[in-house]
Amino acid sequence: MIQTDLIIIGAGPTGLFTVFEAGLLKMKCHLIDSLPQPGGQLAEIYPKKPIYDIPGYPVVMAGELVDNLMEQIKPFNPGFTLGESAVAIEKTEDDKFIVTTNKGTQHMAPSVAIAGGLGVFTPRKPPIANLPAFEDKGVDYIVRDPEKFRNKRVVISGGGDSALDWTVFLADVASEVSLVHRRTSFRGHLDTVDKVQELAQKGKVKLITNAEVVDVHGTDKLSQVNIKQKDSDDLNVDCDYWLPLFGLTPTLGPIADWGLEIEKNAIVVDNATDYRTNIEGIYAIGDVNTYPGKLKLILCGFHEATIMVQSAFKRAFPDKKLSFKYTTVMGGVGSLE
Amino acid sequence: MSDITVHIIDREGVQHDVAAPTDMNMNLMEVCKAYELPVKGTCGGMAMCASCHCYIESDHDLNEPSEDEEDMLDQAFFVEDNSRLGCQIFMAPELDGLTVRLAEESE
Repeated sequence: MIQTDLIIIGAGPTGLFTVFEAGLLKMKCHLIDSLPQPGGQLAEIYPKKPIYDIPGYPVVMAGELVDNLMEQIKPFNPGFTLGESAVAIEKTEDDKFIVTTNKGTQHMAPSVAIAGGLGVFTPRKPPIANLPAFEDKGVDYIVRDPEKFRNKRVVISGGGDSALDWTVFLADVASEVSLVHRRTSFRGHLDTVDKVQELAQKGKVKLITNAEVVDVHGTDKLSQVNIKQKDSDDLNVDCDYWLPLFGLTPTLGPIADWGLEIEKNAIVVDNATDYRTNIEGIYAIGDVNTYPGKLKLILCGFHEATIMVQSAFKRAFPDKKLSFKYTTVMGGVGSLE
Repeated sequence: MSDITVHIIDREGVQHDVAAPTDMNMNLMEVCKAYELPVKGTCGGMAMCASCHCYIESDHDLNEPSEDEEDMLDQAFFVEDNSRLGCQIFMAPELDGLTVRLAEESE
């Protein structure tokens, strides 16, 4: 069991800066994030996009901001559980929390700060009504074991790298590969796009463009997909598997079931005090929370983190008197072993 | 500068006639959010998430979608010829009377 002073769920900019502010109060932090790298949306969705509203930076690349935050919190030596998502939380008899991930890693601390942003990044699922009934019964959103497609008929949807990469890879594994895409051009790496076109010409891959899978059929497992084509009649393709590969999108996920007050996919907090949730000892900061006048901005997350750790300090060290110090007065930020 | 009226049809088919300022460089996704219509705008308007996918139902002359927008529409569902990302449509006087329908949201 990992023991710390503050568990931070979400290693985006708000979660990372929380380590800094907690560190100033000599609190040790441990971050949990479902993504394999820190940075949250900034690292996953838009590392190369410029951000213009960080005080003191006329412009900064999202990826660079993450690097800088990592540098800034280094002296405080935070712990990381990356590539795992927080799925369960329980309160102990001595008023602490145990947070467990999907891989079973357990963390204990007197307080939990949820800085989960828009949630856990999960595959984007097509809004087809009976699709959930076929999940793991012929419909996969992630390819985990390509061998399971050996000598099977596979339909892949999407126009990005992952759709193209798997089309190329499975062309040699599956008995039949069809790639369905909504237009004729692809956004993947140029050489992969060329490779797919080449495989199509050789007849190893069936390319169905200007088209979209709109329905799925089967009795106890998937047996057919219904494809709507722009310029010709609908097409029914018999298949064993359909892989809709449309990228990742964040969803609140298991946190929604933790007994926290939720409003419009966000956690309700008290912004007049310390961003506490309805459960004492659990705070929510950054894009994941909501309160009257809430703005989903990185700089607001930084502010919320700063206020919040003052309260978390009292839970971590009930006998110590909190004395706020300016870093300028301290001549630096100190460090934590 | 005066406001324009935009007609937004939500996913239940209800039409909302809303006033949108044309002097604030606002995009359609931001207008939807300002009126608390169910548009997530996950990426904050950078054409990087497709959560503001909508259909243009009136015959207004819009700017052509950029390559980035097309790439992102690849990750949306039920994309039609009149599909656009709301965040790439900026409020301007010539868009008065624009009618859009919000696309089905993906999970």
